[in-house]
Formats: sequence, C-alpha cells, structure tokens
Amino acid sequence: MKTIKYSKITPESVYKNRRSFLKRLGFGASTLAFSSIPLINNGFAKDRNELTSYKDITTYNNYYEFGTSKGDPYKNSQTFKTTPWEISIEGEIDKPIKLSMEEISETFLSEERIYRLRCVEGWSMVIPWLGFSLSDLLSKVKPTSKAKFVEFESVYDPEQMKGQKYPVLNWPYKEGLRIDEAMHPLTTVVTGLYGKKLPNQNGAPLRIFIPWKYGFKSAKAIVKIKFVEKMPMSSWMWASPREYGFYSNVNPNVNHPRWSQATERIIGEGIWAPRVKTLMFNGYGEEVANLYTGMDLKKNF
Amino acid sequence: MKKYFKPSIFFLSTIPFIFIFYKTGFNKLGPEPVKEITHFTGEWTLIFICLTLSMSPLKKITNMSIWINFRRMLGLFVFFYATLHLLTYVGLDYRFNWQPIMDDVVKKRYVFIGFAAWLLLVPLAITSSKKMMKLLKNNWKKLHRLIYAVAIFGSLHYIWLSKTIFFKPLIYFIIIVVLLLFRIKIKKKEVKYG
Repeated sequence: MKTIKYSKITPESVYKNRRSFLKRLGFGASTLAFSSIPLINNGFAKDRNELTSYKDITTYNNYYEFGTSKGDPYKNSQTFKTTPWEISIEGEIDKPIKLSMEEISETFLSEERIYRLRCVEGWSMVIPWLGFSLSDLLSKVKPTSKAKFVEFESVYDPEQMKGQKYPVLNWPYKEGLRIDEAMHPLTTVVTGLYGKKLPNQNGAPLRIFIPWKYGFKSAKAIVKIKFVEKMPMSSWMWASPREYGFYSNVNPNVNHPRWSQATERIIGEGIWAPRVKTLMFNGYGEEVANLYTGMDLKKNF
Repeated sequence: MKKYFKPSIFFLSTIPFIFIFYKTGFNKLGPEPVKEITHFTGEWTLIFICLTLSMSPLKKITNMSIWINFRRMLGLFVFFYATLHLLTYVGLDYRFNWQPIMDDVVKKRYVFIGFAAWLLLVPLAITSSKKMMKLLKNNWKKLHRLIYAVAIFGSLHYIWLSKTIFFKPLIYFIIIVVLLLFRIKIKKKEVKYG
C-alpha cells in the first residue's frame, strides 16, 4: 500500500473481488499466526492492509459538525449542499486566489491512493481515496518569505450542520501544517473514495488527508487555506491543549493522557480479533521521518 | 403477589446481559464491537450501583420495607456487570496481555480507580450470603458500607475517562452524590434520637 496506485477508478465489483482474494490470503496468515502466542505481538496477524468496507468507511465517522456520535455524520449530512463550493487560498502569498470546485476537478487529476487512517481514539481503517497531492494545489500560489505554516478552515454553516449549534469545538474547525508537511507528496487533497464522489459524511466536496497523522488533523469540507507566519491554533488544541498537540503524528511511544497509543483496533474485524501494534508515523516513517529529524516528538506531540 | 417480586427483578436485571449477548452472537455491535461491549457493561454497572443505593432511601420515602429485600440481589448484579466489564477489558480487549494492562493501571488514573472499585466489590460479593451476615454480625454492616466508596470510584472512573464531564458522567455523579447524601441525613437523625 502506501503510495501504490491502482487505476484511477476501480469499479466496486473489482474492489470486492480484490477484497475476497485478500480475505483468503488473510485467513491463511491468521491461521499461521494462531500458533504464535501471544497474539497481540503478532502485529500483522490479521491483514492490516485489507481495505475497510465502504459501509464502515461511510457510517463510522468523527465529524462533530454533524454530531458527536459515530453514526451521526451519516445520518445528518445527507441533505448537506456542496454546490456551489469555492476554496480561497490567501494569507502570506503574493496574490490570493479563489477556486471553484469545478475548476479544481478540471485542473487536478484525482488518482487512487490507498492509505491507512489511524484515529487518535485507537482505531484504524484502510481507505481507497481519490485525490491528488496538496502541493499541486499550493503550487498555484507564491508564498511570501513570512509564510511558515498553512492553516485549513472548514465550512461554517450551523443551519446545515447542526453540531455547530453547540460549542463542542470553536467553530469553524481549523487545522494546520508546517509548510514542508503540507508540501509533502503524501499530503493529499481528497475528492472521492472507492472510485466514487466523496460522500458528505467523509468531508465532501473536498478535504485533506495526512496519512501519518491522527485522523483529526485531516480537516473536512475545506473552504479556506491560509498561509501564516505563526503556528496556527487548531480546534482540538484550543479544546484540550494537554491532549492534542499541533503535530499529532501517529506515535505508539507517546500516549494520549487518557489512553495508550501503542495498539489499535482495525475497524470491521470481528469481536475476537486482537489489537494490532500501532506503527510509528502510521507506517509511513520511511517517507516522512526526515521532516522531524532532531525534533523531540514527545515534546512536540 | 409478593413472592413474584424478587424473581421478576432478577429476570429484569438479566435483560441487559441477554441483550448484549444476543447482539454479540448476531454480530450487531457495529464496527467497534469490543468498545461497544466495554461501554455497555460499564454503564450498566453504574446503573445497578444507583439502583442498589436507591433501596434504603425508597424504604424511607415510601415507608415500605420491601425495597430492602431487593438490595442484596441488585448489589450482586453490580458485581456481575462490573466483572463482565473488567473481563471485556482484560480478556477481550487486551488478551490477558499483562504488560500494557499494568501500564494502564499505573499510568491512567481512570483505570486505577476503576480497578480499585472492582477490588472493593470482591469482599462484598463474598460476604453477601446470609451465613456470612450472621458470622460477621455488626461488622457486616460496616464492611458493606464499602459500596459508598465503590459508587464514588465508579463515578470518577466515568468522569476521568470521558472527553468532557457533560452530560452523562455528570448526571451519574449527581445521582450518586444525592443518593449518598440521603445516608448522611439518616445518620444525623439517628444521632439526634439516639
């Protein structure tokens, strides 16, 4: 997985075939693993690269704009309007621009990108996204010498997003990356999944996805991308600075104050499936570890 | 009529267990089944703690002593659901892998206090029989006041593990505090008249 790309659009039946094939493979692997106890040490006992089902990806979401329960986003986002949609790129750049969703889909070719998603809560999925590198989009503008960080702002529309009527987070949802993180080829602008248009509950019409960071870093329904000089304050840092840091890289050695991050549960596995070990940078260390050389990742959690 | 009360309450108390057993068996627990079982058994433990603590205030309020007949059984259901909760965490979630569990018990205060609450329940469950009641005499009552500590620990366990205290953890906390305040009042009166 990681950067492996299949055809641009794969029909769902092919996905399913691939799934059943992988399942058969996985079954063999797990039978083998059964003989080596303890199971938990067998990080790859179950096939952790098997795609999560479309149903689980689209009905088990954290998207507080539509409610705080996992099923809420699916239930409450179906009538959410994503057209017309415009994204503004502004801040410390030479010339701010506004792009419509149509312009974006015409200019940038979305490809299939299969990435692992690790939620800070301790569960994970494998999702076949459609998207392109954020660096392609950001190369449309010229940052000034002051620009050090990029801030993402999600849509604010309490009429349509009933979760925003409650002060659970400081709406609109904000996230941020250092510029080198934002320009990394793995940082993806997502426009779809499973070869289809991005469902509302997954952040339609456009979201970002950063595979080596906890899921909440990947802001949904983005309307504004702003280049800034100072490290932006994300919504979750604002809500609980002790628990959620700016970097939020997946790191099995740095625990959340309320739970361990050493292991995770794979979504869609049965009740008897063991936890698997969480990988440093969610398994993308080869690609991204050099972004953080010399940094104390315990301090900069 | 009265003789049906206890069996009915026993049956009603098993319904949450039957419910989660059915859901587990038929794979109806959603994408994170283990978490679902953990939360479900944990919440029902708290509910049974509240029910157990309600019996003597109910006796006072209604002037009917029948409530006390259910108290021990409800208390044993606290132990039952708390044990299911613990087993789900230790067995199903962590596969009896002691290293991470011990890490949790020491480092995470909500795990520590939750485990402490369960430990305190053990002597209560062991000494719940009539025989033990007679054997321990006056000490039995003193020993079983441990349920007050269990209730507070259980409520703190829920508050500390939650993202925010709003609203369910707070509601359980308030209910438990109110139920415990009843005890203080009762005690004061005893002192006055005694």
